[in-house]
Formats: sequence, C-alpha cells, structure tokens
Amino acid sequence: MTNQKDFEKIERAAARRKTVINAVIYILLGFWALMVLFPFYWMVLTSVKSYASYNSEYIPKFFTLSPTMQNYVDAFTAVPLGQYFLNTLVFTVATTAIMLIVIIPAAFAFARLQFRGKNVLFTLFLSLMMIPNELVVITNFVTITNLDLRNSFTGLILPSITSVFYIYLLKENFAQIPDELYYAAKVDGTSDFKYMLKVMIPICRPTIITVTILKVIECWNSYVWPRLITDNEAYYLVSNGIQEIRENGFGRENIPAMMAAVVVISVPLIVLFLIFRKKIMEGVARGGTKG
Amino acid sequence: MKVVLQNLTKKFPNRNKKEAGEVIAVNDFTFEIPDGKLIGLLGPSGCGKSTTLNLISGLQKPTSGKIFFGEDDVTGLPPEHRGIGLVFQNYALYPHLTVRQNIIFPLQNLKGKNKLTKEQMDEKALEIAKLVQIDGLMDRKPSELSGGQQQRVAIARALVKMPRVLLLDEPLSNLDARLRLQTREEIRRIQRETGITTVFVTHDQEEAMSISDMIVVMKDGIIQQIGAPQEVYDNPVNLFVAKFLGTPPISVFEGCVRAGKLYIGDDCIMDVAGIDDQDVYIGIRPEGFILDGDGPLCCDLKGVEVMGRDITIVSTHDGCMSDEIRSIISSDYKVSVNTDQVRFSLKPHKVHIFSKTTEMRLSGN
Repeated sequence: MTNQKDFEKIERAAARRKTVINAVIYILLGFWALMVLFPFYWMVLTSVKSYASYNSEYIPKFFTLSPTMQNYVDAFTAVPLGQYFLNTLVFTVATTAIMLIVIIPAAFAFARLQFRGKNVLFTLFLSLMMIPNELVVITNFVTITNLDLRNSFTGLILPSITSVFYIYLLKENFAQIPDELYYAAKVDGTSDFKYMLKVMIPICRPTIITVTILKVIECWNSYVWPRLITDNEAYYLVSNGIQEIRENGFGRENIPAMMAAVVVISVPLIVLFLIFRKKIMEGVARGGTKG
Repeated sequence: MKVVLQNLTKKFPNRNKKEAGEVIAVNDFTFEIPDGKLIGLLGPSGCGKSTTLNLISGLQKPTSGKIFFGEDDVTGLPPEHRGIGLVFQNYALYPHLTVRQNIIFPLQNLKGKNKLTKEQMDEKALEIAKLVQIDGLMDRKPSELSGGQQQRVAIARALVKMPRVLLLDEPLSNLDARLRLQTREEIRRIQRETGITTVFVTHDQEEAMSISDMIVVMKDGIIQQIGAPQEVYDNPVNLFVAKFLGTPPISVFEGCVRAGKLYIGDDCIMDVAGIDDQDVYIGIRPEGFILDGDGPLCCDLKGVEVMGRDITIVSTHDGCMSDEIRSIISSDYKVSVNTDQVRFSLKPHKVHIFSKTTEMRLSGN
C-alpha cells in the first residue's frame, strides 16, 4: 500500500513539473511570437491611419479609432504601383525560373557526373561564397553598364541567375540519393538528363521548392541592385517604387500610403508561404531502398 | 541468349595512391552461360562476384577481355543499350513512383519502333505484376510495401522489358529466412516460365545450390569450379570449394598417405590406391560418417543434437583442423550419450583427399 502511495506521489510531482515547464515554454514562445508579429501589426496599423492623424501623433498610438482605406487608394494613384507590381512579378518569375534552369544541372553535374577537375572547380565555387555581396555589386554595375544594359530587364536579371549557395544545397541533396537508383535508371535505359528530370528532381522536390521560395522572397525584396541599375520609372520594382510615394503638397514621404503599399506587396509572399508551408517542411522521400 | 565471358579482367587502382599495385577484382574470367539457364555466382564476400555482374550489366567497364550476348560483342556497349534486367540487393525502387509507375519506367524509355502506347504499357505492367503476384498493390508507393513485396516489384521492373539477360545481385539477403526460401522458389519459377538467361549472385551456398542449373564458385576474382550443384558438391576440385559448399561444413583432418593407405594420426582409416605417399588434408562430408563400433576413426564424443529426421553427432579429434566434427546420421541409430568415445567408419565417396601443398584434390583410381 505504501508503495502505491509513493508512486502516486511521484506521478503527481512529474505532472506538476510538466505543467510548469510547459507554462514557461509557452510564455517564452508567446513573447517571441509577439516580437515577430508586432512589426506586421504596426505596418497594418499605420496603413489605416489617415495622413493627418499619423502626422499629428507626436507619440505614435498603438491603435486607431478612425481607420481609413484612403491610403490604399493613394498608394495606387500617387505612383504607378500596378506597373511596379508587374515589373516585380516579371523580374521575380524570370530570375527564379532561369536560376532553377542553371543551378539544377550544375548541382547534378557536381553530385553525379565524373569529370576532370570537379573537386577543384567546386572548391572554387564555394570560395566565391566568401566574397561579400557589396563587393560584387560594384563590378557587376560596371559590367552591366559597359554592356549598355542599364534600365532593362536583362540588366536587372542577369547578375542573380545563379547562386553558389543553392547549387551547394542542392548538390548535397542530390548526393544523398543512393547510387543504386542511378544504376537502376541506367539499366532501365535512361540518359543522364532524363534521370535528373524523372528521378532526381521528383525525389528532391522539397529542397527545390524551398530554394524556389527563398529565391522568390529574395527577388521580391531586392533593393540595392534594382536601385543602382534603374533610374527609369518604367523599370522600377515595388521596393524602389514605394520610395516615390510622397504627399503632393509638401513633397514629404507619405508614410501611411507607403505602409499601405507595403501591405499590398507583402500579401503575395504570405499567401505563397501559407500555400507551400507543408511542402517546405516535407522531408525527403525515403523508403524505396532498404538496408 | 547465351552469354560468353572471354578473359574478362577488372582491375581497380589502389585506393592509396602512393602505394603501387592494383586490386584485381576479376581475374581472367572465361566462361559461357548457356541460353535459358540460371547460373549462381557463388563466393565469399569480396571475391569479385558483384563486380562480375556489373561487368555483364555494363555498369563497369572491364580492364581487358570481352563480353558477348549471343553473337554480339557488347563489351563497349553502355548498360542502357544492352537489354538487361538488374535487381539490386536493396531493390533500388524509385521512391517517388507507385508500383505501377516503377514497373512502367523501363518501358517509357523505349525509343523508335519499340515505343509503346500507354495502354500497351499498362497491359504489360499488369501482366508482369501478375507473374510476380503483386497485381493487387499497383497503386502503392515502395515505402508502403514489405521487403518481400519490394523485391517482387524490383524483379517485375527488371523483367517487364523482356531483357535478354536477367541479373540478380544478392536479391534475397534483405529478407527473413522463411521469405527467403519462398522467394527463391519464386525466382526459380519465374525464370523457368520466362526462359530468360539469369545470373544470380549470392554468398549463401545453400541458396545457390538449391535454385541454380549451374554454379560458379569464385575466390579472389578467380573461378575455382564450374558445374552442376551436385557435381561440384560431390567432386570439389580443391579444398576451398569443399569447405565452401555444404552445411554443416566438411570436416578437414590432417593426415598422410603411406603405401596406398590413408592415415589420420596413427589410425589407418581406408585404402587409397593410386596416390603417392605424401602429407594430405582429408575432407569428410558430415553424411560420410557411419556409426560403427569397429570403425577405424575414433573420436571423443562431445554431444548429440537431435533434429528429428536425423541426428548430428558432435565430436572432436586431435587431427581435425576445426574445433569439432559434425556428422549427420539417420535417426534410426540410437546413440548412447554416456560413452566418451564414438567410432566411425567412412563412406569412401564422401571422403576427399587434398594435397597439402597445392590444396588441389588428389584422386586415386
């Protein structure tokens, strides 16, 4: 009987400890979520404050009692935001698509093919990752200018159609596919290219989707390069375009309208993430090979 | 389709580049696989049997020598053009495809006049799936199948394009004992039904002997013996083959031949005519022992294992090179466990004599 009581005691203590630990974890997580979500709240809040009330608040308020949609209208009328949107879309889709076409065969070659100097070349590639982006921007600017590609989509897209890091990421992923699958595919009569297309890409789909999404976000958010290479409004991306939103009378930045524009351009990314959330998390398919 | 291997040699460079020399995985391999037969390539691990298979499949290129399929020299042909089916040890199914898609995969790669319509492919896939009895699992992914089912899918995939040669690389080693027995019968049945020349690699001698028309025993890249399983078992050419085949293994004694008589220690165990006086190894198959109170071979009894159908007598002898001698006798005999010693006489055709220097078999008249 005494034993029974002891066990109950231990059980209760364990349950209590678990509750405490859970409480601590959830408090920390809640705090973290608040930190992460607050800027978004601030963005949406600012976008619904009127220009006048925004500027009259000496200390910004955490809420507004008279939300307005006027800023959204302003954002689209003050500057050709629709045009910028389209530019960004073209830039993002083209860059991402071309990059995938470039990096997948590159990763395949490094992971699967045998050729002279493969390791040396790959090491050189990796060492490129050490060079900071800002340094490359200058030489890229000179190159693109000399090629007379300023204010063109080619000039915008060209420098970012490859990525050493993504090649590396994908190569590691490809290399995990067992050799037997390659041999089996060979015996089944596929060429190297077909093997890449029909076996490697489907198996590594989660990684490829992740890379795609990261690249889309990178393109969508890119600021420095488009700013440097374009001074013609027809080629502005949203990130640069919204800088042009100003209050007509004073020529000052119309911050609430800018925030409205930011909300509009953030929505596609958030939707994209929500749709592909599961795909991003999905583990690499396994199970075809045992042992 | 007969397969001919002519002076086939495969050398691998030494892994340590500073050291000279190379590893010879397959050494001067010459042999002909008759049409429609099932051949077992048998040997301990690292003896070059998988390399031989890879050479036949074209996944590796021989250092020298030639391979013929029928009359065609295929030595330089890449694997995708050889028309072979290959089943891997770990099956190598495409994890992202269903069973049906896995089986159809080789058909989708056919080109030119061999190209099939989708209906023809489905039909062929179903036909072959019925043959290996997985037609109820066509829409599952490989990860949803058991080991035995995966193995059948792998065989179906290899068979669906009607290969000229089917190659199996230790296909049963991932299965449990019962399934292994069942599946090897299955492979035998499928091979008989399709009549495809098949090469089967295994390190399990029982497996090889039970299903092969012919076995090839290899050691260190060199063919030791080729023949029908029973023939190789009954007439091993050397000590290695004798020791490699048979469970329980053959018991090997040190002995000598003196004036036409065979001695283990001081006991003369039988007459051997036609062998010169010399030191020899004597291999005796477990079933070669006859329990005989007046027999010439006297061993210390260690124990008796009753198997129902027969009895295994475990004993020791000073002249024996292994720790114990296992002899199988019919359960009709009653063995008294209370004695210290047991005496055997021997069946002459189960006793093999090998030269101590060359380890080759010596045969008398």
